[in-house]
Amino acid sequence: MNPTAWMAWPVVLPLAGAVLALLVGRKGVRVVAGLASVATFAASVMLTWEVATRGVLRQSIGGWGPPLGIEWRADGLAVLMLLTIGVVGPLISVHALDHLGDREDREFLPLWLFVWCALNALVLSADAFNLYVTLELMTLASVALIAVRRDRAGLDAGLRYLLFALPGSLLYLLGVALLYGVYSALDLGLLGQRITPGPVAWVAAALMTLGLCLKTPLFPLHVWLPPTYTGAPTPVTALLSALVSKGSYYVLLRLWLEVFTPILDWQVGQLLGVLGAAAVLWGSLLALSQSQLKRVVAYSSVAQIGYMFLFFPMATVGARTGAVYLVVSHAAAKASMFVAVGNIHQAVGITELGGVQGLAYRMPFTFLAMALGGISLIGMPPSGGFIAKWILLEESIWTGQWWWGLVLLLGGLLASAYVFRILRGSFLPLPPGVKVRSIPLGNELAPLALALIALVLGLVPWFPLELLAVGTAR
Amino acid sequence: MNTWLPMAVLLSSLLPGLVIFLLAEEQRVPRTLLNLTAAVTKLLLTAAMAWGVFHGRRYETRVTFLPNADLVLRADTFSLLFITLSAVLWFVTTIYAVGYLEGTPHRSRFFGFFSLCVASTMGIAMAGNLVTFFLFYEMLTLSTYPLVIHRGTPEALRAGNVYLRYTLSGATLLLAGVALLYTLAGSVEFTEGGALDGVAGRHVELTVAFALLIGGLAVKAALVPFHGWLPVAMVAPAPVSALLHAVAVVKAGAFGITRVIYDVFGVYLVHDLGVLHPLAVVAAVTILYGSLRALQQGDLKRRLAYSTVSQVAYIVVGVSIFGSVSTIGGLVHLVHQGLMKITLFFCAGNLAEELHVHRVTELRGVGRRMPLTMAAFTVGALGMIGIPPVAGFITKWYLGIGALEAREPWLVAVLLMSTLLNAGYFLPILYTAWFQSPVEPWAPKARRWEVGPALLLPTVATALLSLAAGLFAGAELSPLGWTKLITEREFRP
Repeated sequence: MNPTAWMAWPVVLPLAGAVLALLVGRKGVRVVAGLASVATFAASVMLTWEVATRGVLRQSIGGWGPPLGIEWRADGLAVLMLLTIGVVGPLISVHALDHLGDREDREFLPLWLFVWCALNALVLSADAFNLYVTLELMTLASVALIAVRRDRAGLDAGLRYLLFALPGSLLYLLGVALLYGVYSALDLGLLGQRITPGPVAWVAAALMTLGLCLKTPLFPLHVWLPPTYTGAPTPVTALLSALVSKGSYYVLLRLWLEVFTPILDWQVGQLLGVLGAAAVLWGSLLALSQSQLKRVVAYSSVAQIGYMFLFFPMATVGARTGAVYLVVSHAAAKASMFVAVGNIHQAVGITELGGVQGLAYRMPFTFLAMALGGISLIGMPPSGGFIAKWILLEESIWTGQWWWGLVLLLGGLLASAYVFRILRGSFLPLPPGVKVRSIPLGNELAPLALALIALVLGLVPWFPLELLAVGTAR
Repeated sequence: MNTWLPMAVLLSSLLPGLVIFLLAEEQRVPRTLLNLTAAVTKLLLTAAMAWGVFHGRRYETRVTFLPNADLVLRADTFSLLFITLSAVLWFVTTIYAVGYLEGTPHRSRFFGFFSLCVASTMGIAMAGNLVTFFLFYEMLTLSTYPLVIHRGTPEALRAGNVYLRYTLSGATLLLAGVALLYTLAGSVEFTEGGALDGVAGRHVELTVAFALLIGGLAVKAALVPFHGWLPVAMVAPAPVSALLHAVAVVKAGAFGITRVIYDVFGVYLVHDLGVLHPLAVVAAVTILYGSLRALQQGDLKRRLAYSTVSQVAYIVVGVSIFGSVSTIGGLVHLVHQGLMKITLFFCAGNLAEELHVHRVTELRGVGRRMPLTMAAFTVGALGMIGIPPVAGFITKWYLGIGALEAREPWLVAVLLMSTLLNAGYFLPILYTAWFQSPVEPWAPKARRWEVGPALLLPTVATALLSLAAGLFAGAELSPLGWTKLITEREFRP
């Protein structure tokens, strides 16, 4: 097969799976979704293999090349994201199967396949408009996912997400229109060549960045995140935090790396860095002051997203590597944390932080997952989070901006405070009168598998790092 | 060059640890067998490696890790000093812990984390560069935390919090220092004589890096003012205290400080930077402060804890005085303090276990009821004071001579004062135990020995080892002999 043909499958297969899953009856949903997941993951692996051996792949959809046609492109960064989505997403859905009810099951799986399709398409897109379309698809499918339970909390959360994510997309679209009007190009590469510093570029960059920061979300635009994350069913929250929020961040990264490079100057970088740093500190402090388990983990996402914006002031290849490594390891670690929280909720029905008392003995895998995931969030070795923190720390010193390193270290200390706040209670003796429902083994193993991925990312980082280097020009 | 032996030494406690987690609570025999087999295996592997290194063979396991940092496990003379100490003490502590924890809950968890602790210590000892060192240093923190809070009481949890607060803050400083050095020097492999020749001119950055590294390591080494966690962590079971104080945690700090001075910076470079003297002063203050606080403690374990604060600082003082003789004194104390302190903690554990005695005043006449335990305690205590022929004397002798040789006579005064203070808090214990009569008759012995053999044998064994290390200090393979070998290589110009 033509190597570039592999590029279509990671998008086509989940889409086909989603459509088919909607058509078959209740019984068939799991089978169809399972087959589609395996097939999509296999296609992602094949594409990764092709990229790893041949280098960057390009494919013009519809037969026209840029500037008219839509170009898809797979480089190291793109396939690393494909793999992350392909591993983390299905593991979360395994957990979702027993967490949600029968009806939700029937709707969750197709919706998740839609999200998967949109994410894969987004990751492979190389033009600004196509990125908009895939972002919008991702947003809409996510809204439906958040409200999948059709209860009050879920509907509220879905609506809130929509209210913030839609303006985000629109701001982005405005920027795209502006760019197209002036430079008559949509392809990221072409735009990057044609763009010149000036009011048009600045306004477009500001609009698009603002929109994407709203969706990701970056402090102080994060206000929608905690209530949305707590309102959504836990597996959905895991998907939102681990993967969906990374979609908009990915676009942001691509834009500043390939299009707005000429205008990414000291002030812009510092501004985004300051916001990121504020997110790290503010998010961690709020996580530390929450009394509800799920909210602790949710606010931790605000902080972790903040780290990813420390890339901008440094703007080196190394810093990009660190930020992407954080995206990947956070996807695994945070998903594991959320899924573990879901398990706890299922087992004892308690959402308060104190509810974990004594549970380490009854749900050892869940708490092991929580501990390993937490270690990655703190950035302690051995974990993917440590590698990311190490790379960013080194870059901050290299570029002479050691204060960002200070933020990283401080954030790690704060993270350890809220992570161990959860863990230490679990070591206490089980209070009398607490009934612990047994939960399916699959539900216990899913978070552990996710946490082990975060661990392995810290033990053999050279593979993802080498993959990431494919197609990095600078 | 042999590439598998260092990995095997690491795995010989890592793998059993992971298996133990999976064992059910009631599988007592398989767990104990696994523990002991692993400990013996490690002893044999360590002995083989020590023999090889003595004869100039090289052992290194290297795995690709980050672009500018491999994961390196390497055995040199200095690693072997620490590995051998840990392997020997792991073996005896395992026997002790099996006896001590008999019938208590969560033993699989305990021994699992215990093995992980030892594995981390092995990693620290064999780390071939700073990143590898940091990796295992953090693993040690993570695997000791569950041991500190093992009993699950609110007090234990509080102690765990304090422990984490200190050690994680220390780790953060350490990480900052490591990252700074890597950006300065590219990669920092431990090299006898120092690895920073290329950047020796950048005094300011190097001084900052040194301060960060030592500041981070000082937490585990319990140098004042970073010592606060140590007395609090006393709520942990006795075998854990033994491990924290004699083998793993405080030694990891002291070992790290030594590595940084000698194999990262190189002793000549730190001497030029002028950072050695402040460190020696901090360590001297720690020696006196720890002893003074020990004097005030009525609780036996807390007294021993403050004594650790003081005694570990001997190591730091030794390695931060410029000169080979004091370095020998400092390094050899790494082993000597381990042997003596573990004996003392075993004894405290025996007393608590058998007679529920915790305070010094409750020890009246205990010598008659538990003669072997108190004899072992006496050996340890006399060693700490520095009375020949126990190992502690050798340390103090070399430190004293070294201080004079390096023209730092004030240190001799510190050593003398510390010795007086040591005597001040150890001799009353011995007097109370041997020469006072009990308030009421002790509960009768439940078995043939004064305590179970699993508790008694390790105690006597480590006491004898403390004696042997002093008596046979002149032998080529004694701790002292080995330390001289290390020091010769470090001071080779």
